[in-house]
Amino acid sequence: MSEPTPGTGVAPLTPVLTRRWLSPRSWSLRTYEQLEGYSALRRALGAHPDQLIQLIKDSGLRGRGGAGFPTGMKWGFIPQGDGKPHYLVINADEGEPGTCKDIPLMMADPHSLIEGVIITAYAIRANFAAIYVRGEVLHCIRRLNAAVRDAREAGYLGKDILGSGFDLDVVVHAGAGAYICGEETALLDSLEGRRGQPRLKPPFPATAGLYASPTVVNNVETIASVPYIVNGGSDWFRTMGRDRSPGPKIYSISGHVERPGQYEAPMGTTLRQLLELAGGMKDGVPLKFWTPGGSSTPLFTSEHLDVPLDFEGASEAGSMLGTTAVQVFNETVSVPWAVMKWTEFYKHESCGKCTPCREGTYWLAQTLQRMVRGEGTESDIDTLLDVCDNILGRSFCALGDGAVSPITSGIKYFKHEFLELCEKNRTGKADRSADAALAGAH
Amino acid sequence: MTIQHDKPGTPQGPSGPEPTGSPFDELTDERARQLVARYPVARSALLPLLHLVQSVEGHVSQAGIEFCARHLDLSAAEVSAVATFYTMYKRKPCGEHLVSVCTNTLCAALGGDDIYARLRGELGVGHEETAGEPGTPGSVTLEHAECLAACDLGPVLQVNYEYFDNQTPDSASELVSRLRAGERPEPTRGAPLTDFRQAELQLAGFFEGRDSDVEAPSTAPETVRGARIAAEKGWTAPAMPDEAELPPVPEKK
Repeated sequence: MSEPTPGTGVAPLTPVLTRRWLSPRSWSLRTYEQLEGYSALRRALGAHPDQLIQLIKDSGLRGRGGAGFPTGMKWGFIPQGDGKPHYLVINADEGEPGTCKDIPLMMADPHSLIEGVIITAYAIRANFAAIYVRGEVLHCIRRLNAAVRDAREAGYLGKDILGSGFDLDVVVHAGAGAYICGEETALLDSLEGRRGQPRLKPPFPATAGLYASPTVVNNVETIASVPYIVNGGSDWFRTMGRDRSPGPKIYSISGHVERPGQYEAPMGTTLRQLLELAGGMKDGVPLKFWTPGGSSTPLFTSEHLDVPLDFEGASEAGSMLGTTAVQVFNETVSVPWAVMKWTEFYKHESCGKCTPCREGTYWLAQTLQRMVRGEGTESDIDTLLDVCDNILGRSFCALGDGAVSPITSGIKYFKHEFLELCEKNRTGKADRSADAALAGAH
Repeated sequence: MTIQHDKPGTPQGPSGPEPTGSPFDELTDERARQLVARYPVARSALLPLLHLVQSVEGHVSQAGIEFCARHLDLSAAEVSAVATFYTMYKRKPCGEHLVSVCTNTLCAALGGDDIYARLRGELGVGHEETAGEPGTPGSVTLEHAECLAACDLGPVLQVNYEYFDNQTPDSASELVSRLRAGERPEPTRGAPLTDFRQAELQLAGFFEGRDSDVEAPSTAPETVRGARIAAEKGWTAPAMPDEAELPPVPEKK
């Protein structure tokens, strides 16, 4: 494995997607056009759609929504010449705890997403695209709507785009508060006006997605990367990051660091490097645990400062890259408490469709709450792990797998904290019974 | 509450007239028709329609359920099943303002739990309860929310889905007191506050006459920290080639 940055001559920060964010009115069509905006679209519309699919395959771009599936391959799965309408759906339902990259991207530079949408729709031969944004981000939805309107007025959307004969309508669709709709098939059900519950796969969305037609569902950051790859080429994209995880990535650093924020760096950047950029731990209080990519990715500790944060690196070290939502917690935070809070989240957001997740998250939350209250016993730790074992791999979708990540990794690295809670309970009980014995003595 | 059941022979679909006493006026009806027309399949308009209903009533009432059902030719039960699935659809009338405090792990560790506890105590209400008469000026509905996707700015809260970043119990308390007094403090990121119903109208997709809202701030120092460091240090992504080549059209297998 090559080192992520040293020796490659690539800078520690590589603003591509975030490049325009410092420009005045970066979200406006005028600023976007002044800074090469919509130049990739002109180039793409002059190419054969299959060339674009091949280009994205060659670039090695992988999905930025958490799973890391190769984007070009996903596009290539769409059957062509099948006589059915094709659809492009953008997953902008950003809600994985810790994740805060797509919302700022869409607020600061909505046209980069829209240009990516048009190029992608052209490549997969879709004439209707929907951007499914979580409902709680009104300003983001407002900016997207304005951007779609301005793009349409400028001839980038609608009929016969830039004289190419290609037509595309884009709808900005506000969700209504359901984490599960970030799961692509639940998102499709929600977009069809139903309860957002995941579908059984197969069939995959590529063959039977929105309205049972071939559909590509991609994350915001993934599609916003497309115009740059069209302009820069696949070799350029691969100058950043590592062989199997190329390109730049927006790392969102939050929590107990001096300067939390959005840092766009080459894939494979480590927490040590990110902490250096973010000014280190807040007030010098040492690091205890962190998530590499949201709460569904197993916890890391101070032992993992040098893990390259890309798809392979995070996975080889026992976690996942997820959404590169780096949540940093210092020594003052109790692991069982943090795990309990996350579990309450999964319990609330479990859609209820499958039993392991619905019942499992309910009992996990109850057990953890009891432990944190100081009423747990050592057998509760075994119960937790047993319930986790019955959820992992047995749930309908990845929400169940995500729900057990904080618990199993929390117990793996910080079992002593769970045991200390039990110990407090035991000594507390002993004290109480001693008091009771004394009370009866006189 | 009287629940009206559909009777056989009652006109169905968007062409059917609104029942007498309906809270939904002709403009809302016209907006509903526009929403239905936005999608290749009508039912996709259901989530926006429910937002539209909340913009009129401040919650989803039984009349609102039936309004959606009529426009989409669904049964009230089908609409109800959807409305009850999503947390943003409120089953009880909401206050003039909705205050959502993130209490997910990271915000909670930074003070979100303290903020929520303080507001709950001061307003004398719990989750999804309203201080004041719902809908009247100064009434505030409180809720604890899951991750609001602004973790670099935590602890965060929202008023009518506009962001107030880097909050403390004191700042949140002052904010809510001002809302109760009829004031509308400026969000850190987002447009000047209106009220819950107007926000819901925008979520349904109607922004007429609100062009200036688009200009409202969206960037916090945290948002552009990486970009700013890169600019200061002269760090950039590798330069793109002048004329990058596209791969040839792949041969069909």
